[in-house]
Amino acid sequence: MRWSSELQFSVPSSQFSVPRFPVRTENWELRTKILAILLAGVSLLSAAASGEEKHVSVYSPVAIYTLPVLERAGHEYVGLLELLEPLGRVSSQTDGRRWNLRYNAVDAEFAAGKTRARIRGRNFDLAAPFLIENSHGLVPLNSLGALLPGFLETPVNFHESARRLFVGDVRIQVGFQLDAGNPLRLALSFSAPVNPTISTEPGKLRMVFKRDAVVSPASPSISFDNSVITQASYSENNGDAELDVAATQPLTATFSNDRKTIVVSVVLQAPATPSSAGSQNPAPTSPAAANVSSGTSRRVLAVVDPAHGGSERGAALTDTLAEKDVTLGFARLLRHELEVRGFAVALLRDADTSSTLDQRAAAANVARAGIYISLHATSEGSGARVYTALLPVEGPSKGAFHAWNAAQSPALPVSRIVAAAIVAQMQKREFPARASSASLRPLNNVSMPAVAVELAPGTDGVAELTNANYQQRAASAIADAVVSVRDRLGAQQ
Amino acid sequence: MIPRHLLIAVGTLLLLVTSMGIYARHMRRRAEEFQYAAADALPVAPPASGPTETVTLYVADDDAGMLRARSAQIPLPGGRQQRAEELLRALLRIYQQPDSPHPLPPAADIRSIFLVDPGAAVIDLNAAFSDQHRSGILSEQLTVNSLVETLAANVPGISRVNILVEGKTRETLAGHADLTETFDVIAVEQAGSQ
Repeated sequence: MRWSSELQFSVPSSQFSVPRFPVRTENWELRTKILAILLAGVSLLSAAASGEEKHVSVYSPVAIYTLPVLERAGHEYVGLLELLEPLGRVSSQTDGRRWNLRYNAVDAEFAAGKTRARIRGRNFDLAAPFLIENSHGLVPLNSLGALLPGFLETPVNFHESARRLFVGDVRIQVGFQLDAGNPLRLALSFSAPVNPTISTEPGKLRMVFKRDAVVSPASPSISFDNSVITQASYSENNGDAELDVAATQPLTATFSNDRKTIVVSVVLQAPATPSSAGSQNPAPTSPAAANVSSGTSRRVLAVVDPAHGGSERGAALTDTLAEKDVTLGFARLLRHELEVRGFAVALLRDADTSSTLDQRAAAANVARAGIYISLHATSEGSGARVYTALLPVEGPSKGAFHAWNAAQSPALPVSRIVAAAIVAQMQKREFPARASSASLRPLNNVSMPAVAVELAPGTDGVAELTNANYQQRAASAIADAVVSVRDRLGAQQ
Repeated sequence: MIPRHLLIAVGTLLLLVTSMGIYARHMRRRAEEFQYAAADALPVAPPASGPTETVTLYVADDDAGMLRARSAQIPLPGGRQQRAEELLRALLRIYQQPDSPHPLPPAADIRSIFLVDPGAAVIDLNAAFSDQHRSGILSEQLTVNSLVETLAANVPGISRVNILVEGKTRETLAGHADLTETFDVIAVEQAGSQ
């Protein structure tokens, strides 16, 4: 066998470099072709990954959530079961090409490949054929406005081009008031509390509302008779609403009035420092995030685990309400609360699916999350219970390795600090709470700070467990607590 | 000469009486079997013999979310293993009262307890204990803590406890409390004092 001297390939991508390596001369053309194909594949994947995923945002009094939008044969589709699931009791049955759906007491029939559907015995025409994929029924996105009133007994307003769906009276109005005094201020008044992601770039302050049902003011663009703050404009796209304030000087934003007001004002000029003078990148300046970013510039990943799911229903809270459904809604709210505070959040399930306890622990460990939060619900007691692991008897030590059933051991002190912080934040909101230990998997198997929160009803009984405001209070308390210990979580990474 | 139709009538009546007698006996046997089955589901009564002793039972209180120590006078047999079993059955009887602070299913029972030296105990619950237990972290953990602490407080030398259901390892008590691991008595006591 004959080997050539070393050859070097230059790769036409700044992201990749290939080390020098020996190549058989008789095969080098073939290898070059394979390499070119691989590079083309990588480029395609990179391009696909960089593209923004399409999604539809749903705003309702009981839940605010987003769903992925699928493109099939030139049409945009969304899963109907997934869309209705957070809004009520829903079940589906596939019978060959027929797909039957029951939402609360409403029955509907669809057929794969057909544009005709029957809801409550009435015919509806879809804009494109109905599809069935893996027993999931897909309906054309642009038919939602006509289809959903058949299921829901509340008015439905669908902003089709922006993929924003409003169920019931949830819309948040915004008003502008410019105070040209000193200091110059622009007050944005909202009809309900909001949590936008705020960023700045030269000449503009941008507020993106991912989870708030903010709608356009009377005029989408307002010009001000001022030389510094010149214009405010509203736009919405891909499930998000955006408010931009144009100015000739750098702006900053602060929240007031229980997050119902955002005050935009001019940043007082300070001597430029070498690290900031040359920066041109938009800087996230969400107030909540700004409060917590002093310890580390990295985003901490929080893994939120809605307990149970699928055939594993958890506790039967009522005859019809299962623990798995409450935990999922609660987890979605907590995700939002953590995201607006600057955390990256991963839900271990975002639908009615099941995973084993080991799979849940492995997912959190592999992700090297900063914190793991398991969510449970019960019909007994009141308020919330926050649990840390009750570690079992540990086997003989194996040096640096810990037994799987005691993987939590090194992180347990921080877990207890997190639990105490959650209890403190809940009590601040007059929410009865206590910390305790429990032999509850997968807490034992998680290698980062880990807590389990069991939500119990308040004074109004079990129905309160599904009350969005009640869950919101608890989620907000947990998120604030996690923010308060963020520096300790960073140290765990 | 007895008329033919009278003979037939008497014969039919005799057949009817005999059939009813057989049916009544069958029904009585079924009723007795049902009664025995119901009695089997209830906890075994404590032994009538044996000296009465004062023991400390750690009784779960759902409202307070904690265990409360309660003294009780119960007759205990001589053997260490039998003592442990009767001790936990006395605890169960409290939970099966109508006004129990921590209700457990009426059919819940301790099948047996194995004391394995050094310092390990294995509690074997019946299926009804686990199958009919209320689901929830707090209620399940209180049950586990109550069993472990009561056993450790009254049977000297126990430092580790395992819980089985019908002689087998079960993943959780009723969906939450992990039964696959060995409980450290000290850790459970510390958790109970939080």
